[in-house]
Amino acid sequence: MTDHATDTSPADRGYLTDKGFRSWALTLDHKRIGVLYLFTTLFFFLVGGVIALLMRLELLTPGPSLMNDHTYNVLFTLHGAIMIFLFIIPGIPSGLGNFFIPLLIGARDVAFPRLNLLSYWVFIGGIVVILASLVSPMDTGWTFYTPYSAKTGAAVATLSFGIFLVGMSSILTGLNFIVTTHRLRAPGLTWMRLPLFIWGMYATSIIQVLATPVVGITFLLLAAERLFGVGFFDPAKGGDPLLFQHFFWFYSHPVVYVMILPAMGIISEVIPVFSRKAIFGYRAIAYSSLAIAFIGFLVWGHHMFVSGMSPVAGVIFSFLTFFVAVPTGVKVFNWIATLYRGSITFESPMLYALTFIFLFIIGGLTGPFLGALATNVHLHDTYFVVAHFHYTMMGGTVMGLFAGLHYWFPKMTGRMLNETVAKLAWAVTFVGFNATFFVMFIMGYHGMPRRYAEYLPKYHADNVFATAGSWILAVGVAIMFANFVWGMLRGEKAGANPWRGLTLEWQTPSPPPTENFEEIPTVTDWPYGYGKKVVCR
Amino acid sequence: MNTLALFPDQAARSTGEVDAVFLFIVAVGLFFFFLTQGFLIYFAIRYRRRRGEPEEETPQITENGILEFIWVVIPSLLVLAIFVVGWWGYRDMVRPIPGAMEINVTARQWLWEFTYPDGRKVINELRIPVGKPVKLTMTSTDVLHGFFIPDYRLKQDILPGRYTHLWLQPEKTGTFVIFCSQYCGTGHSAMMANLVVVPPDDFARWQKGPAEGAGGESLAHRGEELVEKSGCLACHSLDGSRKVGPTFKGVFGHQVELEGGSSVVADENYLKESIVEPNAKIVKGYPPVMPTFKGTLSDDDIAAIIAYLKTLK
Ligand code: HEM
Ligand SMILES: [Cu+2]
Repeated sequence: MTDHATDTSPADRGYLTDKGFRSWALTLDHKRIGVLYLFTTLFFFLVGGVIALLMRLELLTPGPSLMNDHTYNVLFTLHGAIMIFLFIIPGIPSGLGNFFIPLLIGARDVAFPRLNLLSYWVFIGGIVVILASLVSPMDTGWTFYTPYSAKTGAAVATLSFGIFLVGMSSILTGLNFIVTTHRLRAPGLTWMRLPLFIWGMYATSIIQVLATPVVGITFLLLAAERLFGVGFFDPAKGGDPLLFQHFFWFYSHPVVYVMILPAMGIISEVIPVFSRKAIFGYRAIAYSSLAIAFIGFLVWGHHMFVSGMSPVAGVIFSFLTFFVAVPTGVKVFNWIATLYRGSITFESPMLYALTFIFLFIIGGLTGPFLGALATNVHLHDTYFVVAHFHYTMMGGTVMGLFAGLHYWFPKMTGRMLNETVAKLAWAVTFVGFNATFFVMFIMGYHGMPRRYAEYLPKYHADNVFATAGSWILAVGVAIMFANFVWGMLRGEKAGANPWRGLTLEWQTPSPPPTENFEEIPTVTDWPYGYGKKVVCR
Repeated sequence: MNTLALFPDQAARSTGEVDAVFLFIVAVGLFFFFLTQGFLIYFAIRYRRRRGEPEEETPQITENGILEFIWVVIPSLLVLAIFVVGWWGYRDMVRPIPGAMEINVTARQWLWEFTYPDGRKVINELRIPVGKPVKLTMTSTDVLHGFFIPDYRLKQDILPGRYTHLWLQPEKTGTFVIFCSQYCGTGHSAMMANLVVVPPDDFARWQKGPAEGAGGESLAHRGEELVEKSGCLACHSLDGSRKVGPTFKGVFGHQVELEGGSSVVADENYLKESIVEPNAKIVKGYPPVMPTFKGTLSDDDIAAIIAYLKTLK
């Protein structure tokens, strides 16, 4: 182990120099706020994961074993709501986004540092309200479909208010990022020289600002219905239950791109660095983010083909849905083309980035089964859907987040992770993930409905397999987190640019000083000039 | 049956088609899978830098118009093909079948109730004759439910206060499972029913047998009684003549001209709405004077009345 005597010198600790509660809780530094978000969201990833393990244990046998049906229903609701609202939506944007947007564009901070701090505390306020709803925990699924959510005895109004606050925080962060990207780019950093992570975050922020208010209003209407008996969604009160689904998916479909676009941005950063190769198709990748964000607003109805919506609407939504596949495919092709004639090394960030592509292709290719009407009717609300969205969200976004965490860990902490342990964690996670989720495609085609606490014996073998996989997955993730803790405390010193990247964050010390750059850099070229013609700094 | 078989049982019309659409998408998917993963893995191995090897000078290839064009156009065409194939398969699944036996389905937390034309009610078992088409008219008394027969590849959500439909064309005898596919609360996963498909003779015998439910009286007959008892005939005729309101004769399924110029087909949802919320849609040329029967007539009553109206051809 290396000697860390030099760590005590304050100059080395950069933005981490100040200690104590107040220096974190009231900080206006985007890096510290980013770190706060990362700790919070990763904590909830672990909570959601433990809940998932409990669910998988219950599903080890067809009948009830560990818990009754109601408890299972509460658990899948908590798992879904925590993973979606407290982990995956804020995770990359508010965590890594906060830390790295200003660094990548050569700014000293975001445009509105105070608003940024407010966003974090609104987020925490939302979490507190959500925790308060546990007095009578929700059992509606994270989708809150009416009329059930208007009738159940659970604390729906409380939970939806909590999510409303979390959504507010997302809107504020999104606004902040949009203004930051427009106003604070370093001299010479034109739009066509922006790192692709910034393009991804920019598209994400637009979606958050436009779509989040819709779900906020929907939840307010739901709360009004529950608290004051106003009939928006309950047919017994003259409302329309399908209206809720339209509102809900008008938000929640675009939001799946909030979940995936930032991760795609990370992949676009990592692939060139570790293949020492200029990114292929920069403009196509940048514009496809915007295309995805735009088309994403037009396809919400593909969650509702069998809901009782008119078949004509179904056909239109099915048609539009297929056109999100095209810009998504473009990104994948461009990443793969970037590898061509590269000089590739497989450090942990690259392993996770390649894993993202591998798993996301499977998640993406199973989408058309759900977009095509004939097969959707059969597969909707079965385990096929569960497999599909875990391949995209966990195989995609979460692997992208892991790639980002391994890639930027040295920058954030000033220390390196143990590469051997990181690779071990990667291998175990990869095996566990596929073992857990691939079999769910098969169960799904054979008709096992999702959200089932009990199931028919014919699905038993598949479920045993998936549960076994979930434990392998858990071991992989546990090793990875242990490595994070070890790296923070004992990791080797990183130096400013361990991966020899060309983006601006690598041109300042690790960890960066509070003001990011001693002197604001002037940009003269795009950040992917690896290979011939370019001298590495 | 277990999940080792490629497909679940193909036991009704269009199951083969759905599986064919599935296989088509699998084929397109495998093509892209091997293409993309193949290049991904091949490039990763072929262009890896071995330990100690100096960093190569990689070429700066940043764009290639032809390639980019190809990988926008070919996937677009293929997904368009998938869309069309999926749409065709779907049209065949939802196409009405003339002469279908009508069965009403009421879903409630957490059981299924099937009501036959003769008024017979059965809980959690839907018995139908093989080879004969069946039209299900479904509603819920509480929250959303979903009617799902994996062996028929059919699924339809069920809503309170509204009717949704499903056409079955059974091709195999046997017992098949009906799941509730739309989450409906604590007992969701236990909300199952059996679909029992029997030879037509057996079905006829079963129908003549003692009723297990509250039946004994046909649904349409009960509807007729209700129409007389509730005073509908004061304003609506049965013979086609015009009274205060439009005639009942041939009302089901015909095109209704509305005040304001639009028109609707008088289906189950329209008839139900006209009974519980008469002023929602006003037939052209008639005054908005009909009282609501909300609260007076139960959902069961309304279903019986609709069954009766369907007989007035
Ligand atoms: C630790 C690995 C994970 C395991 C073993 C796991 C397992 C499960 C299981 C068993 C279900 C319930 C399916 C059902 O009953 O219908 C489920 C649902 C769900 N999971 Fe996961 N999951 C994991 C990670 C994740 C992650 C990382 C995310 C998102 C970022 C996620 C998002 C969801 C969502 C949104 C649902 C739907 C909840 C609902 O139906 O309301 N899961 N998961
Ligand atoms: Cu149900």
